[in-house]
Amino acid sequence: MSNPLVKLENVGIQFGGLKAVQNVNMYINKGELVGLIGPNGAGKTTTFNMLTGVYTPTEGDITFEGKSIKGLKPYQVTKRGISRTFQNIRLFKDLTVLDNVKIANHHLAKHSILSSVLRLPSHFKGEGKMEKESIEFLKIFGLDVYKDELAKNLPYGMQRRLEIARALAAGPKLLLLDEPAAGMNPQETQDLMDLIALIRKEFDLTILLIEHDMSLVMGICERIYVLDHGQLIAEGTPEEIRNNPKVIEAYLGEEVKN
Amino acid sequence: MKKSKAFWVYLALALVIYAVVQVMTANEMIDLYYQNMLITICINIMLAVSLHIVIGITGQFSIGHAGFMAVGAYVSAICTMKLGLPFIVGIIMAGVVAAIAGLLVGVPSLRLKGDYLAIATLGFAEIIRITFLNIDYVGGAAGMVVNHMTTWTYAFLGVLITILVISNFTNSRHGRSCLAIREDEIAADAMGINTTYYKVVAFVIGSLFAGVAGALYAHNFYIIQPTAFNFLKSFEILIYVVLGGLGSLSGSVIAAIFLTTVSQYLQAFPETRMIIYSVVLILVMLYRPTGLMGTKELKDVFRLKKRGGSEA
Amino acid sequence: MDWLQQLFNGISLGSIYALIALGYTMVYGIIKLINFAHGDVFMLGAFVGFFAITRWEMGFIPALITAMIVCAIIGVIIERVAYKRLRNATRIAALTTAIGVSFLIEYTMIFFRGATPEAYPKNVLPEKTIEILGAKLDYKIIFILIVTVILMVLLQFIVHKTKIGKAMRAVSYDADAAKLMGINVDNTISATFAIGSALAGAAGVIFGAYYTRIDPLMGVLPGLKAFIAAVLGGIGSIPGAMVGGFILGIVETIVSAVGYSLWRDAAAFIILILILLLKPAGLFGKNIREKV
Repeated sequence: MSNPLVKLENVGIQFGGLKAVQNVNMYINKGELVGLIGPNGAGKTTTFNMLTGVYTPTEGDITFEGKSIKGLKPYQVTKRGISRTFQNIRLFKDLTVLDNVKIANHHLAKHSILSSVLRLPSHFKGEGKMEKESIEFLKIFGLDVYKDELAKNLPYGMQRRLEIARALAAGPKLLLLDEPAAGMNPQETQDLMDLIALIRKEFDLTILLIEHDMSLVMGICERIYVLDHGQLIAEGTPEEIRNNPKVIEAYLGEEVKN
Repeated sequence: MKKSKAFWVYLALALVIYAVVQVMTANEMIDLYYQNMLITICINIMLAVSLHIVIGITGQFSIGHAGFMAVGAYVSAICTMKLGLPFIVGIIMAGVVAAIAGLLVGVPSLRLKGDYLAIATLGFAEIIRITFLNIDYVGGAAGMVVNHMTTWTYAFLGVLITILVISNFTNSRHGRSCLAIREDEIAADAMGINTTYYKVVAFVIGSLFAGVAGALYAHNFYIIQPTAFNFLKSFEILIYVVLGGLGSLSGSVIAAIFLTTVSQYLQAFPETRMIIYSVVLILVMLYRPTGLMGTKELKDVFRLKKRGGSEA
Repeated sequence: MDWLQQLFNGISLGSIYALIALGYTMVYGIIKLINFAHGDVFMLGAFVGFFAITRWEMGFIPALITAMIVCAIIGVIIERVAYKRLRNATRIAALTTAIGVSFLIEYTMIFFRGATPEAYPKNVLPEKTIEILGAKLDYKIIFILIVTVILMVLLQFIVHKTKIGKAMRAVSYDADAAKLMGINVDNTISATFAIGSALAGAAGVIFGAYYTRIDPLMGVLPGLKAFIAAVLGGIGSIPGAMVGGFILGIVETIVSAVGYSLWRDAAAFIILILILLLKPAGLFGKNIREKV
């Protein structure tokens, strides 16, 4: 393996005096499907937020394709090729399903404001291409039948799927999925996992997946990182993680406390 | 295909309205009072639609729109009255300078959100007004004398261009980016949209057309004064947008037409007018906070009706 | 000492801003609403005080208390009728309603009594001057300052030492959690409006007694400026509102004193914009970031 696609070096962040995440060292190679697990409040979503530019780490550095992405704004990170879903669904609720996907496709189009206002040929060409591509993405997720429906009217499971379709439409090299199966039943979860495997192959994607539910990640991830109290406590294959006493303690500890 | 068909229908309808009014004016079937009313309606539509792109589409709550109208009014008046330039140059200059003012106000203040943005835009509008109040060159508090130059043709073209530009903008990837910001700014950012840029763009376009409306307004009366562009004026424009439906262009047009007509008849009773305005506004906000049309456009309403009809 | 004189003028103007700002900041702290109608409650307070003094021949203090009680009631009515339904509404809807209520109060007032101003009688407060360090200090200023300080101390006492004050702080911190702890959120919010409006009413009477001229639109500018004072101090912060009010009063007086009186109102808005851009949380406020 040459250089990893994304690399976190000694990354940490403080809010006020509180160290939410510290000393995180992670790498993901191109084409990998990596899991990030840990008990509630371990800093998983915070790590995602640092990767996507929502938060700027106060320590360490993050590189993507060999270049630092620290300090970039979220939209700039997305343009570099990292896109994400949100733990608590953040769709554009009052827009149609198709528009949701088109919006993510926006930064890949070229036609200017002036061409749109004057309805120049480049506008029609650009919009036509967006429309076609967006419908392709919807088809993959079985959402094309809902294309004119408002996002908020979709059933819950479909909303989760739309979030992924939308993230995919942003043309990522690295896809970050934040608890994509949260709130789904076992059948829906299984379908989703199959779908993730499919898009990974189809789009040549690298995926980082946050899951709260450990058993779920075990089945599909090649490598797993475990966070607890803002620090990495383990890294390895699902088999290694399953037998790691620190991980067992972190999870058991949570259950005892509960 | 469907979209462009609707476009030609609207355009034809608009041209018919224009021609009818023009012929009636020429034959003196519409007197000056009604001509003036029609022009005022046009100006208010332009103001409403230009604020609609900021509030309704991009979701940025600006309550200082009258400030940009003031910039347009004064700039155009300076062009025509002081520099002796043709009216059309005055109108273009009004739009350009108001757009620049929108850029200068928008860049710093659009970093703010919600209430804070609202209050900052209000502050900027007041600063603009007080500045004109203190410039002797434009007459200070006494105001500036302006010739009557705005005609039905200017007003009609103003509305047509405003609506065309703003609806074309909205129905493109750029407009969708603005809608995404309205819906969820954080998600929009995560989807690769430069939110600051699009907020500023929407604000600048809105300011530009407010400036043009200001130019038409200035040349529809014989005098302009800073007090005409106070918070009350911004509030009036806000009512069109909010009442018509946040996010509905046709809603704000309808509200502007309706309320301008009503207020013309209530001109002799300004307090009553304000009381009615505020009561209606409060009631709409309490019982139908999305405004009368919601985010729907006129064509959606008709389409729904048709479908309902065929089912019945 | 001309400057000292101006400083005193600034302080008396500032104490009026501070009293109004307290209501803004308390209401914003608890329901995140810029109560645009607050400036109009201030105006109503001035008129109640005016009638109490001229019609019912009350003294200054009884008139002040009457105005505070009436305004408290008006404040609660406004909250219950217009704002209560808006707790979960969008910011735009809430703010628009507040602006609507503000205009409704102003123009209803004009509708019933016309826009003509009234003048407070000159002898409401004793017409005496004291000389301090060569500056002629109006006895009124001392009086206003004493009343303001008493009201602020009283407010601090209510907020920090009483049960309702605790409830107010709890609700503003986390309304849902407060509800679960058995706090009556509705009543707490109403109490906040009552206290804030009473302070605005007091400010109205003080304004009338000091500047004498009152009219139905008098609340607009002081209302906006008091809001600016609240933002300056850090919205939601009670000491911030007081400090913000005094700073704004003094700055405005200075701007007028150096010969830019026409720019006085612009100064306040420039302060607003500077503070929003440089330190949006205000001098005493906390930064809050949205959870992703």
